[in-house]
Amino acid sequence: MLGIAFFSLLLLLVIGVSLFLKALPIMKEKSLWVLLTSGNWKPFKGEFGFLPYILSTLYVSVIAIVIALPLSLLSSIYLCTYASKSIRRIFEPVIDLLSGIPPVIYGVWGTLTIVPLIANKIAPHFVEFSSGYTVLAGGLVLAIMILPLLISILLEVFRSLPKDITDASLSLGATKWQTVKKVMLRKSTPGIIAATVLSISRAFGETIAVLMVCGNIPLIPHSIFDACYPLPALIANNYGEMLSMPSYESALMLGAFLLFIIIVIFNGISRLTLNQIEKRYSL
Amino acid sequence: MINIKKQEETFFKVLMIMSLIIIMSILFVIIGTIIYKGLPALNWDMLTKLPGGGFYLGKEGGVLNAIVGSLYLIIGSLAISLFLSVPLVLYINFYLPKKSVFGSIIRFSFDILFGVPSIVYGAFGFALMMYLGIRASLLGGIIAVALLIMPIMMRSFDEVVKLLPRDLPDALLSLGATKYEMIKVILRQLMPGLVTAILLAVGRGIGDAATVLFTAGYTDNIPSALNQPAATLPLSIFFQLGSPVEEVQNRAYASALILTVIILLLSFSARYFSSKYSKNKI
Repeated sequence: MLGIAFFSLLLLLVIGVSLFLKALPIMKEKSLWVLLTSGNWKPFKGEFGFLPYILSTLYVSVIAIVIALPLSLLSSIYLCTYASKSIRRIFEPVIDLLSGIPPVIYGVWGTLTIVPLIANKIAPHFVEFSSGYTVLAGGLVLAIMILPLLISILLEVFRSLPKDITDASLSLGATKWQTVKKVMLRKSTPGIIAATVLSISRAFGETIAVLMVCGNIPLIPHSIFDACYPLPALIANNYGEMLSMPSYESALMLGAFLLFIIIVIFNGISRLTLNQIEKRYSL
Repeated sequence: MINIKKQEETFFKVLMIMSLIIIMSILFVIIGTIIYKGLPALNWDMLTKLPGGGFYLGKEGGVLNAIVGSLYLIIGSLAISLFLSVPLVLYINFYLPKKSVFGSIIRFSFDILFGVPSIVYGAFGFALMMYLGIRASLLGGIIAVALLIMPIMMRSFDEVVKLLPRDLPDALLSLGATKYEMIKVILRQLMPGLVTAILLAVGRGIGDAATVLFTAGYTDNIPSALNQPAATLPLSIFFQLGSPVEEVQNRAYASALILTVIILLLSFSARYFSSKYSKNKI
């Protein structure tokens, strides 16, 4: 059992190191700075600029969190303070099911519903033509995908607040909403930030759904109605071709390494914050 | 003044109820769309036949290869991750002292592993396979998916074990049972929780496409050995949807329906087991 314990501790390290070693050849060829800030992606000429992919990932994730955060904040506050037990019991399986639906199903649904919606209804108001496979489509699908994670962490954060402080506020004559606004939200700000960071990192790594609705054109998107090409989609799309060119493979592995490092850091910080919140109030 | 307070309260209450309704309707729209699109194309052949010649041009056949491939894959990876995570959880909870730093470091590292995206597991699995000299195969897929679902199993089983009242192990130990004997008794008590953890992990593992994309490969046949490539349902949906032929796209929707039904069944049985567990708690 001790062996398994050490093995599992090493796993994180092994993943990181092996991706790094695979990414090393391309970093020797070109400086990391050039790789990250150049917009030229021409694998067959040996140019690997990650900027379009990094920006695409960022844009898509930002849209996702901007949509998902208010929705999940409002609904988790309602479930914690206003909702009766029966409403909670109805809503719990909804969150479970949303989190259980596989990414590829979200992708299929995105191409069936979101993409035509954007192409026919939303985009014509703003731009002349849009295929629907856009930054916005990716953001919308991702927003729905991170909702269950966000809601369940927020619920935990709110539940870990000691009941005394909300009771004190209510007994002083504050309305429920005032208590929520001035006590609950203020007291649980670190938890809310941690939940947000955690969900953003989930959005960063989402692959198949995003691959299906984003359009996958390696150019820097200029509006939310342009196609984009997030980093995970790039890795997933090119795995077959990359074997023939060592530097291409190394570049893709660099992409995976970047994702891994960013997500580990984001996860580490937010999990530490959440653990501390849990510890402070569970005594 | 009171009026403004009241208006604010009502305003936000309406917003909150609206957001609940939006979230619920999203779920129904997703499942509804999949059923509406998938049902017309679903037939018995889809479930029981291998892809025939010209399947990807709209000729006859089914996705049995993907269904069986997914099944093999999940059974293999479940076996590996069970073998690793159950002893680990028991070790952390019963062999290490209650506030052990080592235990919390392990929990923390699994929290992080839980957040690592499946494409990274796929890429790592691929790198590992190249290092070991394995080609895209059932074995490679099993290893990658096992890595993906192990944190899920470990963390959700751990939560269940943590909830177990401490009296039971203490009583057993005071009767002179060894730790190993104690665990045998406790495991029976923990069974429903373990089943829930397994169902959660299977649901995640069976629906994930990004891990198997690199590692398991794709084939029209049912694999008969560990070193052969295996088709999986999510990838089969993905590839069929990419086809320009309309009939093939419709089959993608039917396959999506099959996968959704599997996931719904898993999710409902997980709920059933966990509710049963909370009833039987001592």
